[in-house]
Amino acid sequence: MRRELVCVICPNGCELEVEYQKQGEALEITKVEGQLCKKGPKWAESEIKGSVRTICTSVSVEGGELPLVSVRTTSPVPLNSIFDLMEEIKRIRLKAPVRSGQVILKNPKGLRTLIIATKDIPLKT
Amino acid sequence: MKREVVVIGGGPAGLAAAISAKRAGARDVLIVERDKRLGGILNQCIHDGFGLHRFKEALSGPEYAKRFIERLDAEGVEYMLDTMVTKLGRDKTLELSSAKGLKRIEAKAVVLAMGCRERTQGAIMLPGTRPSGIYTAGQAQNLINLQNIMVGKRAVVLGSGDIGLIMARRLLLEGCEVVGVYEILPYPSGLPRNIQQCLLDYGIPLHLSTTVVEVHGERRLTGVSVAKVDPNRRPLPNTTSFIPCDTLLLSVGLIPENELSREAGVEIEPMTGGPLVDDTLMTSLEGIFACGNVLQVHDLVDHVSEESELAGLFGARFSEGELRPLGEYTSIRPGPGIRYCLPQRVSRERDFFLSLRVKEPMRDKKIVLLDENRKRLIQKSFPRLHPAVMVRLKVMVEKIAKAKGLEVRVE
Ligand code: SF4
Repeated sequence: MRRELVCVICPNGCELEVEYQKQGEALEITKVEGQLCKKGPKWAESEIKGSVRTICTSVSVEGGELPLVSVRTTSPVPLNSIFDLMEEIKRIRLKAPVRSGQVILKNPKGLRTLIIATKDIPLKT
Repeated sequence: MKREVVVIGGGPAGLAAAISAKRAGARDVLIVERDKRLGGILNQCIHDGFGLHRFKEALSGPEYAKRFIERLDAEGVEYMLDTMVTKLGRDKTLELSSAKGLKRIEAKAVVLAMGCRERTQGAIMLPGTRPSGIYTAGQAQNLINLQNIMVGKRAVVLGSGDIGLIMARRLLLEGCEVVGVYEILPYPSGLPRNIQQCLLDYGIPLHLSTTVVEVHGERRLTGVSVAKVDPNRRPLPNTTSFIPCDTLLLSVGLIPENELSREAGVEIEPMTGGPLVDDTLMTSLEGIFACGNVLQVHDLVDHVSEESELAGLFGARFSEGELRPLGEYTSIRPGPGIRYCLPQRVSRERDFFLSLRVKEPMRDKKIVLLDENRKRLIQKSFPRLHPAVMVRLKVMVEKIAKAKGLEVRVE
């Protein structure tokens, strides 16, 4: 089988042409072209097995300088789990202060990732 | 008040320039920022992908800014927030205005790092009514990511700039329906990776050679008319259709913010919308440097930081009296296939980065630097070139030592 993919690991955004064979769970990549570095073929493999992405969003904060704190997953999660994950994240309410790097949620929806704050939200003065 | 180096703007460019100026030995470096906090636009860019070059990590905008702000504090750079520079003189005096009143500063060197602003509805002259519900992509980003205000329920995005693509995904994740992204050009304006991870990942359609020809609605937007365009970007008859929506996001270009620079008398290049600079990033006015999006609209913040560190370094050296402007420069012209290149003139005394953008998407081409006799001084092959991607080439001074005039072109 053939597929065209864009590698999103870095800003080069290489357009990859991938040839592969799939039998049940077993996946064999036979050819990858178009990558500018060796991460491309790895990306192709993970993309064909099932896309994963880092997700970035925000969470409500009470009593802070801003009403929201930005958050992200510490590792990519399956693309098809993102909407469920968003639901889960939207339910969270935090109280200021929040520190960048603070863990907001561990293994949400059984996924192997953390949700961390990516911004400091000091108390409202 | 006197300062060695004054940096106007505390966004990514200003932060990197100030840190670098301080490290290069400038005794006192001051950032003047009009907002309540440092970091500029990075504060509202909560998506990841920042710092891949510099930190080898995919950080969100606020995290990227934080790394620089921490270093700024460690270096002891002074900054003023909530403060506007109301006037910049060619003698490098600045007039500042804040709630505390007015101030005058004499600087030995100035670094312009004011960034850019978005092209608006007025700037592209959309026909139709003027209902609410029309935002630039950056305005929507500010409302949603900083103020917790949702903009609408059903959105159309006009233009495929990176912020528009990022916001299409953001709206969708926040529960807003995104009908599609409409781009007047036959190719997208944003980076290929954003097309993939913001549109294709979520099945948001991208319509090329298509644009919004009219907006409808009295108080609130009720819909837009879209039409296909011909190669001259004129709407084609009988291709118009009506799309009901309550929100229109505009992502139709960025303009360097050079009002201050212009008033000071800094020469502005029409192709970049930013100052004309030499290989030290000095503008046409002695001791005034420029970097980041006020100089040229960048694709990646990593490049902004790299460029700004140079501007800060040369600003510091100028303030110490170690850098003299030249009487004579060698100019670099954009040739076939090149939309613009920068710096526009060089001293031939040092290595420099040549930044450029191509006119249209191309495959398997070379970027070539020629001298006045068409001799090839440098060439580099690219499997793909795209106007959305800024090209940066390091030019070693030995290569251009004898050149009297330079041209960069695509072959
Ligand atoms: S293949 Fe390598 S260079 Fe190309 S986008 Fe992926 S990581 Fe970047």
